[in-house]
Parts: sequence; structure tokens; C-alpha cells
Amino acid sequence: MTRRITDAAHLERLRTELQAARDPERKAVAVCAGTGCVAYGSRKLTAAFREAVAARKLDVEVRATGCHGFCERGPLVVVFPAHIFYQRVQPKDVDEILDRTVAKGEVLERLLYVDPSTGQKHVHEEEVPFYAHQHRLILGFNGRIDPESLDDYVANGGYRALARTLTSMLPEQVIEAVTKAGLRGRGGAGFPTGRKWALCRQALGNPKYVVCNADEGDPGAFMDRSVLEGNPHGVVEGMILGAYAVGAREGYVYVRNEYPLAVERLSLAVTAARDAGLLGSNILGRDFSFDIHITRGAGAFVCGEETALLASIEGNPGQPRFRPPYPAQSGLWGKPTVINNVETWVNVPLILDRGVDWYAGIGTAGSKGTKIFSLVGKVNNTGLVEVPMGATLRHIVYGIGGGIQGGRAFKAVQTGGPSGGCLPAEQLDLQIDFESLTAAGSMMGSGGMIVMDDRTCMVDVARYFIDFLIEESCGKCVPCREGLTQMGHLLHAITEGRATDDTLAELEALAPVVQDASLCALGQTAPNPVLSTIKYFRDEYLAHIRDHRCPAGVCKALITYSINDKCTGCMVCARQCPEHAITGERKKLHVIDTAKCTRCGICQSVCKFDAVDVR
Amino acid sequence: MNATAEPTCDLTRMDPILARYPAERRSLVMVLQDVQKTYQYLPRPALERVAEALGVPRSHVFHLATFYKAFSLKPRGRHICTVCMGTACHVRGALRLVEHVERRAGLKAGETTPDLELTLETVNCVGACALGPVVIVDGEYVGSATTTKVDKALKGIVKGAVEEQEA
Ligand SMILES: Cc1cc2nc3c(=O)[nH]c(=O)nc-3n(C[C@H](O)[C@H](O)[C@H](O)COP(=O)(O)O)c2cc1C
Ligand code: SF4
Ligand code: SF4
Ligand code: SF4
Ligand code: FES
Ligand code: FES
Repeated sequence: MTRRITDAAHLERLRTELQAARDPERKAVAVCAGTGCVAYGSRKLTAAFREAVAARKLDVEVRATGCHGFCERGPLVVVFPAHIFYQRVQPKDVDEILDRTVAKGEVLERLLYVDPSTGQKHVHEEEVPFYAHQHRLILGFNGRIDPESLDDYVANGGYRALARTLTSMLPEQVIEAVTKAGLRGRGGAGFPTGRKWALCRQALGNPKYVVCNADEGDPGAFMDRSVLEGNPHGVVEGMILGAYAVGAREGYVYVRNEYPLAVERLSLAVTAARDAGLLGSNILGRDFSFDIHITRGAGAFVCGEETALLASIEGNPGQPRFRPPYPAQSGLWGKPTVINNVETWVNVPLILDRGVDWYAGIGTAGSKGTKIFSLVGKVNNTGLVEVPMGATLRHIVYGIGGGIQGGRAFKAVQTGGPSGGCLPAEQLDLQIDFESLTAAGSMMGSGGMIVMDDRTCMVDVARYFIDFLIEESCGKCVPCREGLTQMGHLLHAITEGRATDDTLAELEALAPVVQDASLCALGQTAPNPVLSTIKYFRDEYLAHIRDHRCPAGVCKALITYSINDKCTGCMVCARQCPEHAITGERKKLHVIDTAKCTRCGICQSVCKFDAVDVR
Repeated sequence: MNATAEPTCDLTRMDPILARYPAERRSLVMVLQDVQKTYQYLPRPALERVAEALGVPRSHVFHLATFYKAFSLKPRGRHICTVCMGTACHVRGALRLVEHVERRAGLKAGETTPDLELTLETVNCVGACALGPVVIVDGEYVGSATTTKVDKALKGIVKGAVEEQEA
């Protein structure tokens, strides 16, 4: 779409034309072009489809879409109009898909998804349990639209909320709608979005800014990346609406540097919106102007904290500052600034398009709408899952995730990233929303959900997070810097078998000091992973401390590897052991020399016969 | 680390970078990123040039260059191997992979081989968590990485990566 859209009526005419030109029965092949599928080779696959279609002069649309969420099974392909769902598709499958599935509607059995828990094959995307149990208000767009096409977004209802809002609502009414809908920030703390906007609108100071936080620092979460890559116009539309509501003329999106594809797609979207007159001066012919700049982060977790992020946009080191004043009062260059998370922004057009009552009808009393979780770790189906607030952990881990890999035992799920905690099996029926997770000793955070099985050591997980936070602390305040370092020493002592019962007490005594005396939420929430694991997995700590044993077989100082009689003598482990610690003849039981073994775990990972034990 | 001499720095490559952004402090992080992309690291003369062009004190530029993790003041290798150490990758055995590359290439994470062939880095999540553990070699993602897959990706970069194994 190159022409400039002059006003709201023009946009609607365009939409009607675009929709009329689209035949829902048209044959199409949608190839996922999200980061996960690209990593598995989806670019080559899309090219192969395009070449084959051109070579045979077929009337088949080949569409590259955003992430469908089921990245692990990538590259994913959906064949329209029948919605036939193929996974792990390779360029060599292209001819057969075109000849049989697209031309004749035949299903290729070998490309279907097989449910690992039931062995059942599923033909259509919506029947696959991973999708069937979700409520994909936001992620649904990703599979339908080509993120590089403004036309596609418009044909799917895009910018309708904007057109209606600009022509029929006052800024105050927009804020009221967002407040009544009950939208709360998806970046971690769940602050009511409408209240933040109202504060900014009322604040004195000019100009005002809106900012999109796309720093996504929580290691293990990637929903913001997927939304930016798959539906960049959704975020842009949300920001324009927010700018109209608070009275801002300029906006910034702060994207982490590790997300090159997100930056690329967002830049394309901003340019397309600008060319179409949806950004820039006199948007849709109204007396309202707004534009968006894109800034890239540079690899500091603390820059996700709002005041640090604003400092970073200004070209300063990203260090948090004391609040108040809040950014809504004094933010970017000291001016009133609304900062919201990617997922928060993309919810805004939905609310204004489909209505406050509809939105407020989804979720729990205090937490409305859906939440996207990144379900990863030791679960069968990993990927992005979107569920209404209030869904249970069991529903997510078992219903959608298909249970634990390899039929092992569920041990815990970690939510909330480095600020959150680990929840044990007893909490599987917890209905998750902002309040319930906090009450259980964890956090919503950005929505990372890392599933752990009996081979994950909870002390090691706590140590991992504390080491992470020591590394990422900006060092501005002593309790965070020194307190965490001290906690790190104590945790290392436990995992290395040098601890006593007092170590645990010392950890518990240090935690509140760090929580209470730190300046920003990084320090204030840092002890959560330690406290929640001590609370729910005390026995595991005691096994390390008193018996010098790591029950999960993770902490190197406390474990030994040995080979059991399932060994077939295939010699693979002996060849791969970096220490040459394994000996044995072909077809004979092998033996590990524990004096030479450095417990790297390679032998266990390469043995196909489950013959390597760790204790 | 190693005492490799810094390669000489062709400052004419700075011009297109500086032309791309407004000459203001807020462009600093992005300019530094492009500088790093061009030279693989931040050469001192280039940083001095940035300070001058954007009108900010040198000390501020150096402060930023050390504050942000993405920046390196030391020359990096022609090839970059990045191992994700994010939570999702950690619980799926990322540590084993770093140690493996460390052993194979004879360096520690964060270091560069003396011949400037390879730099080994770790990051906290690259957003491909469903594929964990993830290793990236020169921009190519290796999903569900194993020591064998990583060896394959490092073939031709790290001597002995594949040969030793097939022996
Ligand atoms: C250490 C730290 C890291 C954070 N990282 C992020 C982040 O990556 N993305 C994000 O949206 N919010 C992050 N936050 C929360 C932000 O400070 C801020 O609350 C949020 O962007 C507000 O948007 P929301 O109201 O839409 O959630 C972080 C906070 C802290 C203390
Ligand atoms: S709590 Fe930690 S991260 Fe936050 S400002 Fe203090 S030192 Fe920096
Ligand atoms: S890989 Fe497994 S089966 Fe083969 S020799 Fe080693 S322990 Fe035995
Ligand atoms: S754990 Fe590592 S060092 Fe020990 S025997 Fe196995 S492969 Fe060799
Ligand atoms: S990248 Fe293809 S499903 Fe996520
Ligand atoms: S944790 Fe490794 S890619 Fe996210």
C-alpha cells in the first residue's frame, strides 16, 4: 500500500477493497518466518515454495508469517483453505505438498504432528492439543498475517480501532476505556495501565512521550520478540492510541540488540505506517501528530527497568534511579512519559476495537484479558502459549504442554524470571494471575515459565539466578551489590558441599536486607528464587548440606558417574569422553575411572541405551 | 588475555555510520553498535572519533562502552560462537556445551584465540528458548544443540572439531 490514507472513511474503503480482493477459498501456503523456524531453515523453505509455485505457474499464495508459537516443531507450514498443519517441513517436501496437499487436498501423514503422550496424529492446527487449549487473542494474528504487509494487517481489521477512536473518542474517554477494561501492565508488576496514562495526561510538562519496553531481559521468555516479529503493526497501533490518550507527539521503542529480526520488521512497519499517513503529521487527516523512533539496547538486563531504560535512550549508562518521581511525571529528558511493555501495547487496539465489556469478560476479577507465557524447559511441547488469566498451571503444563519430557516426574515450574520463584507440584492447581503468583512466593514477571523435572536441582537453579543477578546488578547500591555477592558465596558453598546448617540460616537472614534496602526492583526481588526454593524444597538443600548429595545429579562436586549393565559396549561414550576416562572393549561393559572423570556429563548425553547413571 | 597487536583501524569506515544518526548524545548506543558491527569491536581511535562527532566527552563514550555488555574493547575473532546461558537453555544443559567449546578451542568463555580466529561468548537468552539449548555460530542458530551438532557447526573454524570425533 503506497498511497496515503486521507481519513477514516478512506481507510474503511480500502479495507473493504482489500477484503473483497481476498478469496477465503484461495489456495495458500503459510510458512512460519519467526526466529525459531528461521533457525530451522524456514527461509530456504519459503524460497523453495516460491520457486516451485513460479516454475509451475500455480495460483497459490506463499505467505511468510510470524511465529505460531510452536517453534520447537519448526519449520511450520499451514496449507489453506483447509488449515492442514505440517511440522518439521524441509525443502524436499515442497513438491509433494504442492502436488498432493495443495492440488488435491491429500494429507501427507509423515508431516503431521504426533501427540507424544497419546501417539495420535492431528491434521488441523486447531486440533493439535498445544493450540486447542489456548485462547489466542493476540498470538492468533501471528499466524494469519504477513508481518511485512500493512495490507494484511488492514484486511484483518488493523487500524480500525485507531480510526474509530480518533473520530469518536476524546483522549480522556480512551483512558477511561483502558481503565474499565482492567488492562494491567504485562512487563512484570501488573500496574493498571489506565491509571498510569491518566497520571501522565494530568502531569505538567511538554512534550510528552510514550515508550515501548521491548528489552525482554527475562532469560527464557520470548513473547515480546514474537509479537514484534509477527504483528509489529499491532504494537504501532497501540502506541498511537496511547499517544493520543496522553497527548504525546513522539514515541520510542527500545528493542534489545539480540533481536535483529524484530528490529527489522518493526522498522518496516513504522515506515509503512508513515508512508500511509498513519504516523507523522495529521494522522488520518485529524489534528493529531505522532511519530515513532526505534532504539536498540546493548545487552544489560537492568535496562529493562523503566528508569534505566529511559537513561539508556538518552545515551547514558542504564542505571535505575529512585522513584518517585515516576516516569509518568518525569521521564524521558525530564518530561512526562508513559512506558509500557510490548504485550501491554498490543492489547490496546483489541480493547478499543472489540469493546471494554468484551475484554473485561475475559480473565479473573483482578486480572483481565489473556497472558502469553513462554513454556520452556523439560516439557514435551515447548513454545508460546496464550491463555486467559486464571488458567491453572496444570492446564498449561499438561493440557497444552503435554506433560514432562521422557515421562519423567514434574518437579517445579519457575515463573517470573530472576524476580520470581519456583512452584512445586502442590501448586499445579493454582489459578494464575498477578495476585495468586505473588501470594505463592513467585511473580507473573514477563511470563517466562520454565518447567523442571527430577533431574533439575533446585539449589543449582537458585545459584544460577543469583549468579545471573550479581552479573547484572548495576552496582549502584551496596545491599544489592554486596548482599547478592554474599548470597552467591553461600549458595556456591552449598552446591560444592562446603556448607553447614548455619549457611541456610545466613541465607534467610540476608534476604530481607537485600529486599528492603535495594533501590530498584532488581535488588528488591532478587532473593525470591532463593526463598521460594528454600520454602518448597528445603529437603533438597539439606541433602546437599548434610549428606553431601545432589539428588538431581547436577552439582558437580557432589556426584559420580558410573555405567550400568544396560551398556551394550557401543564405545560411543569412550570416544567422546574428553578426559579419556572411559575404558572397555567393543560389545563389553564399559567402566568409568572416577579419578579421571571431570563430571562433564557428555557420556550420559551421548549414550543411547540409558546406561550411564549419575548419583 | 593474549597480547595480539590491535589491527590498524580504517577510520573512513566511520563516516557512513556517523551520517546515519543525528549528532546527539541519544545516538551514542546505536552508533557504538554499528561501530562494533563494522570492526567486530570498538577500536580506541573510533571511539575518539565518535566523541568528537557527537560532541560528548571521551570519558562518557568510554564509560558507555564498558557499561554495556554487548560492547567489546578488545579485538574479537573472525568467527563468533555464542552459547546461550539463559534459564531455558541452562536447565537443558547449556553448561556442558560451553565447556565443550572451551576444551575444543582451548579458550575460556569471553576470550578470543591468539590467531583472532574465534571468539567464544555467552549470552542470557536470544529469544529462541523453545529450541534450547541454543548455540549461534556466525549468526547461524543451532537448535536443540548437542556437542556433536556444535562440532559440526565449528567445522573449519576450530581445528579438530570434527576430525577427532570421526577418528
Ligand atoms: C530489573 C528489571 C528488569 C525489567 N525488565 C523488563 C523488561 O525486559 N520488559 C518490560 O516490559 N519490563 C521490564 N521491567 C519492568 C519495567 O520497569 C516497567 O515496569 C514496565 O516496562 C512497565 O510496563 P507495563 O506497565 O506495561 O508492564 C523490568 C523491571 C526491572 C526491575
Ligand atoms: S538494586 Fe541493584 S540493580 Fe537496582 S539500582 Fe541498586 S544496584 Fe542497581
Ligand atoms: S555409550 Fe552407553 S552403551 Fe555405549 S559404551 Fe557407553 S555406556 Fe555403554
Ligand atoms: S562425565 Fe565426562 S569426564 Fe566423566 S566419564 Fe563422562 S564423559 Fe568422561
Ligand atoms: S518461530 Fe515458527 S512457530 Fe515460533
Ligand atoms: S534461554 Fe536460551 S534462548 Fe532463551
